[in-house]
Formats: sequence, C-alpha cells, structure tokens
Amino acid sequence: MSTETSKKAAGRYGMTIDIDRCNGCGSCMVACAVENNVPPAESGATDRTGITWIRVFQIDNGGRGAEKRSAFIPMLCQHCGDAPCVSVCPQQAIDVNPVTGIVEQMPERCLGCRYCMVACPYHARYFNWWDPAWPAGMEKTLNPDVAPRMRGVVEKCNFCHGRWHAAKQAGTSDSLSAYVPACAEACPTRAIRFGNLDAPAADVALGSQDPDSFRLLESIDTDPKIYYRSKKKWVREAANAPRPGKETPRG
Amino acid sequence: MASQIDRCFITRGLQRCSTSRFLLWIAPWTAMLIFGLYCAGLCLLKGLNQTNMDNRYAFGLWIFLDLTVIALGAGAFFTGFLLYILKFKELKAVINSAVVIGLVCYSGAMGVLMVDVGQPLRAWFTFWYPNVHSMLTEVTFCISCYLTVLAIEYLPIVLKNRKLREVPGFLVFEFELHKLIFVLAGVGTFLSFFHQGSLGGLYGVLRGRPFAFREGIFVWPSTFFLFILSAAAVGPSFIILTTSLVEAITKKRLVKQRAFDLLARISGLLLSVYVLAKALDTLIWINRTSPGRGFLASQYYDWKPFGTWILFTEIVLCGLVPALILLAPRLRAHRVWMVSAAALACSGVALNRFVQTVQTLALPTLSFDKFLSYTPSWQETGTFLAVTAYGVLVYSFSFRYFQIFPEERELKAAQVIEPEVEEPVSAGRY
Repeated sequence: MSTETSKKAAGRYGMTIDIDRCNGCGSCMVACAVENNVPPAESGATDRTGITWIRVFQIDNGGRGAEKRSAFIPMLCQHCGDAPCVSVCPQQAIDVNPVTGIVEQMPERCLGCRYCMVACPYHARYFNWWDPAWPAGMEKTLNPDVAPRMRGVVEKCNFCHGRWHAAKQAGTSDSLSAYVPACAEACPTRAIRFGNLDAPAADVALGSQDPDSFRLLESIDTDPKIYYRSKKKWVREAANAPRPGKETPRG
Repeated sequence: MASQIDRCFITRGLQRCSTSRFLLWIAPWTAMLIFGLYCAGLCLLKGLNQTNMDNRYAFGLWIFLDLTVIALGAGAFFTGFLLYILKFKELKAVINSAVVIGLVCYSGAMGVLMVDVGQPLRAWFTFWYPNVHSMLTEVTFCISCYLTVLAIEYLPIVLKNRKLREVPGFLVFEFELHKLIFVLAGVGTFLSFFHQGSLGGLYGVLRGRPFAFREGIFVWPSTFFLFILSAAAVGPSFIILTTSLVEAITKKRLVKQRAFDLLARISGLLLSVYVLAKALDTLIWINRTSPGRGFLASQYYDWKPFGTWILFTEIVLCGLVPALILLAPRLRAHRVWMVSAAALACSGVALNRFVQTVQTLALPTLSFDKFLSYTPSWQETGTFLAVTAYGVLVYSFSFRYFQIFPEERELKAAQVIEPEVEEPVSAGRY
C-alpha cells in the first residue's frame, strides 16, 4: 500500500540550484506564476494560504551585524523519484510521467482531500482555497497552453508541463533540448539550471555530481531530483540540519 | 393533541418525559445543529477559505473529529462481534445503543468529510479511479460500506417502534432483517477492522513525516494495528460512558450491572494490551525508526506546547491508569470509578488521534522551516458542534421512540435501585 510508488522513468528531468548564485530576487516566482496562470493572491490570503509553486526561503548563519550572512533557497516540488504523494492519493490524481520522471498533478481528478499535502515533507503543494480570479483585463495575459485550476483542488510545480508538450509537439530534437521551465529561464544569475539528469554531458548531470551539491531531506529516501549546491559549509549544514542549532542525529 | 400523538409512538411500558419537556431538551441542540449547518453551508458555498486550515495545516479540527468519533463509535462493531459471533449474551442489553452510537459517529464523520474535501461532488472518483495503494481509498471503501451496514442494523430498531409495528409489512421485514443480523455483524466486524486499521495507516505510511512514520508488517505500519486495538478497547468504554450519561440524565436504570461489568472488563483487558503495544511501538520509534530517518525523536518534543507530557498523558494517565481501574473488580464495581476510567480511556484515544493529526502537521520537516500553530475558525468549530448536536438529537429521538435498552422495562418493573454490587458474569470466557 505504501511502497509501490516508484515508476522508473525513461528520462529523469531535474534541476540544480546554486544557492551561492541566488540573490533572492524572486524572478523565478513571478515567471512561474505568469507561465502557469497562478492567480493573484486573494485579499484574505496569507503566506500560508497563497499559491506559489516556487518559494524562496531566506536562511542566515545566526551571526549578528557584520558577521551575519544570508542565503536564499528556492523551494519547489522536488519531483521525487519515490514520491510520498503519489501513493497516498486515493483517486490517482498524481502520477509520475514515465518519459520525463516529472511528478504530475491532475487537477481535474483531484478531490481536494489534501492528503498529498500532508504527505509531502517539502511543503511544496498548494491548495486552491479561493476561486481563481484575475483583475479585469488581466485575463488577456493568461497563458493559453495552461489550464487555470479551480477552487478546491491541489496544485504544484510540474516543470512547466505546457512547455514540455509544446516542445514535444514541435517534434525536433532541438525543441526538446531547448525545453526549460520558466523559473530557470527567468533566473538572472543562472542559479537555476534544468535538464536531463541521466544525460552525462548535461549541465545538471554534472552539477548533481558536484561535491558541494546536496539534496534536501535525503535521509527519508524520497530520491528528490532537485540538487542544491553551495560552497559555504554553513549553508549546507543549515539546509540539511534536522533542526538549526540542534545536535546531529544518528542514522 | 400533539402530546397524544407523541405518546402513541412511545414503546408500551416505558416511561418518557412529557412532550414539552422533550421539546425543551432538544431546542438548544436543534439551534446548535442549525448554526452548524449554516457554518457547513458557508464552507461548501464559499469554499474552504472559511476555515483556518492552510497549506501547512492541510488537515485540521475536522480530521481530528473524524478519527476520534470513528474510534469511539467502534463500540458498535465490537459489541456486535462479541454478542453475535462470540456469544456474550449479556451485551444484548447494550447492542441497540451501540448501533445508534455507531450510526451517529460514522454518519457524522462522513458528513464532515464531505464538507472537508475541496470538491465533494467528485467523491465518487475514489470508487471510479481507486488507487489501491492509498490508505484513504481503503478508508473510503470500508467506511461507506460499514455505514450502509449500520443503517441496515438500525432499521430493525426503528421498525420495532410501537406505531410502525402496526404495519404488517414492516413486521415481516423486521423479522427477515433480524435473520441477517449475524451476517451483518460479521461483515461489520471485517469492514471495521480494516478501516480502523487504515485510519491508523493513513499516518503511519507518511514516509515524509518522520514524526508519524512507523515501520510495520508487510505493507501495514504499526499504527494500523494500534488503531484497531485502541478502537476495540475504547468502544466498550464509550458505551459505558454514554449509557451512564443517559441513566444520569433520565434518572433511570437502563442496564444491569453485569453488562457494565463485562464491558469494563473487556475494555480494561484490551486497553492494557494496547498500552503495552503502544509503549513498545514508541520505544522502537524513538530508538530505531525516527533516528534511522535522520531525526532524533527528542527534537519533536522541544516545540511547546507539545512536550513529553503528551506521551505520559496518552500512555500512562489515559491508558495504563484506566486499564488498571477497569481490570480491578473492586474499583469497577463502583460506578464513579468505572465511568471515570471509561472517560479517561476515551480521552486517551482522542489525545492519540490529536497527536496523529495535529502534532504531525505542526512539526517542521525542513530545517529552515518554522513551527506553526493553528486555531480553528468559528465556521470549523460550528461544523464540529453540528456533529455533536446531530449525535445528541439522533440518540435522543432513538431513546424516546425506540427500545434502545431492552432491560429497561424489566428494571422498571423490579423498581429496585439496588446498590451497585458485582453480579456474576460468564467468568472464564476471556
């Protein structure tokens, strides 16, 4: 019941995010919202009820004054190879694409039970607490390749699946190799890179092998496909500590 | 006139309060139900933004309520199992009450679930596109089926109503239904075992939540078995609690002491086994499961108010203590001790469900994430209260118009309020 979730994918699309390059500008968040028709936040929404498929967390080293150092960690669906959300969905609204390895959400089939949100350790899933609404005139800017989601369903990052479909329909190897999600495209410092982790020459494949790269919560065996990288020891420790300032656990 | 009509529906030989007094009793509960329905209506029409749940607290008060009432309602299946399968005849005195409680708990939980999901009209998708790997699928299937079983079990109680018995067709139907009761009890037991377990499994399988994750046997985490055991243990306690409450409110003796005694002994025995299993499971989790996944168990209890006091309260104060009281013949012979122990046991299970649902979500998994709290909105609380009011009303009407306690007439005829002395029961059978 809980174990059969990992469908082995032919491709393995993933990301490397260089934390040292990220300046927390939020371009990725804006580009993502525009590309995927994420509606503007309702007046009553908070940072806990709003929708942002990619969210930039700020961490610091705990120092004061000149000693203080900050870093930014963009958080999005980690597209786990063994995704905890897939097995729990009661009506198969979540699937792993066998070609790309992308964890896909089908809002049209979602019951809105939110069990997948409870199962996700990265808190990368978002519920539509309100009806999606755009200010008058702004609906003309909607991306015609992406269906807006209705109230009462869960959504999350899908590596801009609309773009993947467009690349596939173009049908050339160039179009497929040019496929890149909006966040990676918009990042001004090229902190976010995207590609097939199984292609040995790809930037992401090389980046994932970097000795300074790491994945979040590796100990719980979800096999995420987002690799973070930082040359700074405090960043690596802060990002992976079970709790800041606490002792390292066994195991 | 209204009073005379009302009297026609009350079972012969039973004494019930006047119509006006009954109306006075149900008035506040009806008001609460109407308010709760208004709250639920707001959530259905305007969406779940009416609640204080959010992307972190994706489950809240309602899931806690569902898990708790389904555990407390386990008395229905377990009493049926003991009476019809294991032939504990003494429990005939409480089986009707257990069925009503079960029906109230399960239908209330289903009602709240329908408000809790974002797209209630898609509920049938679970049956059409079932994910057989999901514990929630198993829960949905079993609860739906078991609610149907409970409704069928409730029918004979309704059809025994004095006025309805005048219809010959109903009498025949009730007679035929009664023949099926053993089959229904068996089916109910099977379904209940599975969904009680699956409700535990809901959290035990959460690999991404080290606080909730448990190892287990084959595909079932340990919480699967602990939930079955705890529900079976507190089901009889909840029957003791509710029956005593009804006796206190109506100022009548409804059940002989030997039925109470048997329920208390069964509850005590199962509770002690549960406490042992829970303690063992907690030790394995602290020393192996959680550290093995990179999390020291001690860190979960650093976040206030979720200190280690919760573990102590759940396992010792609301587990071991009531188990010992219910197992001690001298103590359980006193109604105050017995009812207090039953209340403690029920509170313990409610606390366990609270820990599973609320504490699991409160704890951050990412090192740079925060510990967050959650307070239910008035709309959530109102819906919660509606279930309580609905339960009280269904039980009140059932008690007034149907024969919920078969021994009531006999006890009334005897007209003896004897001191609570222990009566011999079928000792040696368990």
